[in-house]
Amino acid sequence: MKTRYSYGGDEHIFVEMDEEMSLDAFFKAISMANAVRAANLPGVTEVCPANASFQVKFDPDVIAPAAMMEELKRLEHAAEDAPKRMKTRIIEVPVYFQDPWTHETLMRFRERHQDPNGTDLEYAARINGFDDVAGFIEAYHANPWFVSMVGFVAGLPFLYQLVERERQLEAPKYLRPRTDTPKLTIGHGGCFGALYSVRGAGGYQMFGITPMPIYDPTQTISYMRDFMVFFRPGDIVKWAPIGREEHDRIAAAIEAGDWTPKIAEVDFDLAAFNADPDATNAKLMEALRGA
Amino acid sequence: MALEVLKPGLLTTVQDLGRPGYFHLGIPEGGAMDREALIAGNLLVGNEEGAAALEAVFVGPELAFRRDATVAVTGGDMPVMLDGEERPGWASFPVKAGQVLSFGYLRGGARVYICVSGGIATEPALGSRSTYAIGALGGVGGRAIAAGDVLPLGEGAGKPGRSLPENLRRAGPKDRLRVVTGLYWHRITPESQKAFFADQWKVAPEADRMGYRFRGGRPLDFVPRTPPFGAGSDPSNIVDGCYPYGSIQVPGGTEPIVLHRDAVSGGGYFMIGAVISADMDLIAQMQPHMPVHFEEVGMEAALAARAERAKGVAAIRAALA
Repeated sequence: MKTRYSYGGDEHIFVEMDEEMSLDAFFKAISMANAVRAANLPGVTEVCPANASFQVKFDPDVIAPAAMMEELKRLEHAAEDAPKRMKTRIIEVPVYFQDPWTHETLMRFRERHQDPNGTDLEYAARINGFDDVAGFIEAYHANPWFVSMVGFVAGLPFLYQLVERERQLEAPKYLRPRTDTPKLTIGHGGCFGALYSVRGAGGYQMFGITPMPIYDPTQTISYMRDFMVFFRPGDIVKWAPIGREEHDRIAAAIEAGDWTPKIAEVDFDLAAFNADPDATNAKLMEALRGA
Repeated sequence: MALEVLKPGLLTTVQDLGRPGYFHLGIPEGGAMDREALIAGNLLVGNEEGAAALEAVFVGPELAFRRDATVAVTGGDMPVMLDGEERPGWASFPVKAGQVLSFGYLRGGARVYICVSGGIATEPALGSRSTYAIGALGGVGGRAIAAGDVLPLGEGAGKPGRSLPENLRRAGPKDRLRVVTGLYWHRITPESQKAFFADQWKVAPEADRMGYRFRGGRPLDFVPRTPPFGAGSDPSNIVDGCYPYGSIQVPGGTEPIVLHRDAVSGGGYFMIGAVISADMDLIAQMQPHMPVHFEEVGMEAALAARAERAKGVAAIRAALA
């Protein structure tokens, strides 16, 4: 891992922990981003952590770019020694795989896909070495995922699979991005999962949909009254497969104000995870069962 | 009771100076694409410079006033009509209850700012009235204005009869955008680095509040690499990271996109640098098909340009104090 600093015009500094994705890079990026926030530097207006990098936006009339750069480099050492663990939460998110809405959309944009004659799931299953879609779906939701970034559009989480790299599922993005993606689509691009918080453009493969809104600018949904964005970096997600009936039941219950996701408070320790991913995941999911 | 929308125009939104502080959640700062024009318009009518106004792109709206007010229209060059009679741009004029404000065909630039005394008083969201349509936030129910909407106005009779001196109005759209290289600039070959600045680009039809796309220059050649884990296989892919405002991403190496006020906050395409802060307003006034050159500048030149722009805004404030 080699940290790389770059200006992004005269108002941003971009800091890349590593070119490739890993939880080590994530933890270093978020530690540094937190250190920048805690330092309360005058002129800093935005601190945005990402998967393996972070970005600071600042007012160069208050702090000169070169001085800002020096401050960030100074904070890197402190972040290096920060413990790679966090108090966080695991959330069960119901997913209706192979739903009719993403199916309709993926058929509409078929000519932009690597495999115009199949579905996104059939394609992803094949290139990841699965005999059938069912096996791929099972692998997709068997283990928890880690929210390693929130962004792109309002409240959209990027998710990283909590399994060894050899077992991670990968898929390219569409050849040309779609102009439409149903709201609450579960997508996948590179090694990342994503949950599309709003309807709109997108390039990730589409696998399913959740009835659980995760962005609510009106703040009327029961579990988003405190804030309109549900996810934050470090959240852990367990997909729970559901069918059409359960999807519709949950959607109606949310509408009526009497459904909240299952959530448990947990600790995540990267060293423990790296030492034994399966045991760590088993403990995380046990906490969820107790919720 | 304040302002009734008879015709909305093409895409007219409520905008102020934006909502910084939520980009880490994917919510952009938004706000007027041409900040200087919004500030000038507000000061002309006697508002706080960051009051909310209407930003109209290419086609102006038709608005019926339900109370007396003072209005100024700044930004692009579009004839301003009050009950069918032309009024000057970059100047404040009185409007009586019952009168209708409308617009002629765009003659230059792309966006006008319709500033009304008291400001547009729609409900703020996360500290700003700016409309962020993708996230259904701010403005009128998070969307562009529509026929039949009634927009509330703040208090204030305003200051009619004021005009911004000609030399303080930005002369026509510029055809040059200054760029500080960086970010993933090293991903393209030295030949492509040269070509990017040498080639003439044209504004593509896909140009909006999120970003401006350009086409017409030579495709960029990449320095060969083994794709980093998690990035994706295309040479223009990166492990999804943050995007600066003004950053220039080039998906597939073909068509540069400069992110603007409603930027997506991050994603998986490499960026070759960013347009300097002093030139962001200029993008707001660029029309599709307009030829543009990118010009490389260093940080010192970028900061000098920023200071120059600040001087210009200070002169506007002084002239309208």
